[in-house]
Amino acid sequence: MMGSFGSPDLCMADLILVVAEQRDATPANQLAGGPGGKLNRVSFETVAAAQAIAKETGWAVEVVLPGSGIAGLAQELAAKAVGKVYALEADALAAYTSDAYVHALKTFIGEKQPKLVLFPHTYQVRDFAPRLALALDRTLISDATGYKFEGGALKFTRQMFQGKFAADVSFGGDAPWMATVQIGAFRGDQAFSSDGSVPVESVTAMVADGPARVTPHEVFQEAKQTVDLSQAEVIVAVGRGIKEQKNMVLAENLAAALGGEVAASRPICDNGWLPLERQIGSSGQTVAPKLYIALGVSGAIQHIVGMKGARTIVAINKDPEAPIFEIADVAVVGDLFQVVPALTEEIKKAKGS
Amino acid sequence: MKILVCIKQVPQKDAPLRLNPEGTWIRDDVSWETNEPDAYALEEALRQKEKHGGEVAVITAGPARSQQVLREALAKGADRAIHLEDDRFAQMDAANTARALAAAIEGENFDLIVTGLQSDDFGAAQTGVLLAEILGIPHATIIIGIEKTDTGLKLKRELEAGHYQHIEMTMPAVLTIQSGINKLRYATLIGIKQAKMKPMRKVAWAEVEGKLSKSVQKIEKLYVPGSQKKTRKIEAPAGEAAKQVVEYLKETARVL
Repeated sequence: MMGSFGSPDLCMADLILVVAEQRDATPANQLAGGPGGKLNRVSFETVAAAQAIAKETGWAVEVVLPGSGIAGLAQELAAKAVGKVYALEADALAAYTSDAYVHALKTFIGEKQPKLVLFPHTYQVRDFAPRLALALDRTLISDATGYKFEGGALKFTRQMFQGKFAADVSFGGDAPWMATVQIGAFRGDQAFSSDGSVPVESVTAMVADGPARVTPHEVFQEAKQTVDLSQAEVIVAVGRGIKEQKNMVLAENLAAALGGEVAASRPICDNGWLPLERQIGSSGQTVAPKLYIALGVSGAIQHIVGMKGARTIVAINKDPEAPIFEIADVAVVGDLFQVVPALTEEIKKAKGS
Repeated sequence: MKILVCIKQVPQKDAPLRLNPEGTWIRDDVSWETNEPDAYALEEALRQKEKHGGEVAVITAGPARSQQVLREALAKGADRAIHLEDDRFAQMDAANTARALAAAIEGENFDLIVTGLQSDDFGAAQTGVLLAEILGIPHATIIIGIEKTDTGLKLKRELEAGHYQHIEMTMPAVLTIQSGINKLRYATLIGIKQAKMKPMRKVAWAEVEGKLSKSVQKIEKLYVPGSQKKTRKIEAPAGEAAKQVVEYLKETARVL
């Protein structure tokens, strides 16, 4: 059973525990002689977030990686400046199921009693972390973009109302406090490295016995990709503001003038106006072109995480409060149906000269 | 199949939002609509019922105005509605919302509970998952395909970056539904007429209050986020705006 949280002052360690994520650590991949799966690189972003919080709070940082046959991957995490890395292992953790993850991490967190548990806001974490928090009788602040440590209290900032507002959210109850960190909010390549002396400890995970309620099958991709938007230098992206399928030609003409690719936010692909492989955002492609022109894209979080690495962002939107403008270099407040044809002509002129 | 759909009323997508004087929530005088992923969850429930028989119930927790999203669901074909009606449900965190929903459906024993993968207001993506934990049944998130089998469900989960996974699970279960799983239907005139005759059960705050806990996360402050970049704002007639953008791309960004 997990330890009691009844007397936090007595047993609560001043510790930030980062829950890292790996993929494909399957027996087949390990037999192939490789490292047996790979770390989800966003784990390093969460390590960077934990290190930043630790710098202000003075708390220690440790990392736990759940899986099976993951000693090599745990070593990779130990390259970062953290106190310790735990490889939390059990056969039942080889293929992800929420039941196994919740059970294993509930027991582990119950023993370690950290002050704060941080996760990357991945689809996998979204699947199990809320349930884990409630199983520990705690709360989870999801998709944090930043934190504030003021007067000894830790608050997380997150977006609300599709990015139209930001909220500072505090924890009302006892530690361990739990939060997920938005993809791209911290720089993984800026996580401090260790001097090579970080210990890796293998821990046998406690997992539920009894029949599995969920049977996972292999992860797959639909059709072979015919376009690699991650390599595109110029992308013209379309959002709901385009209104009708027949208006897509405006974006196509602009992209053609620029020698770029056309892409879209999710609703456009859901409508079938562009193939899914041209969808930008958390469920689609992540891109970092030299130029990204967003036409009628409001800038919901799920879209922003896929394109905010673009070097120059031009946004055209009739709503002066559209969240896309917060990350834009050029914000054109106006009617895209008038601005885009004019812009296409100007670009043709500029390129012709 | 006996199916429950959890839906939420949220501000309309392009509604201009204003903060309340305390800066802790939005002002209520906006136009509202059904949370989009919840609309897809409802559509999926109606399609499953059409294939396999059974009934579809819809539930929401919110002020009197939120009855509108239940009426629309009934007009589209849901059989009955449950309304946890109180102003206090509007800003409630995911855990207490899930506790309230669980309390309101006690003894109902639904085979399947579906809801949108997240709401357009909080965007926490937690209520469905927490409801499964409270009910002690399995769940799966970000579902893009549902097939009923002899033993339970065969599901298609969406993962990041164009990846998918099939999973099988037992019922009863809670699923959170991704937008785009199906094509939404419109309510018909006859559906709108029939909706007025369909049962709507009201659940008062007092009936579920005992099942709620102290809220353990609190919105201290809601505010308009500052621009993360030095943004050049252009508000000019189209031709002039286009010239200024091209000048920026040539001279400042140097991408033309």
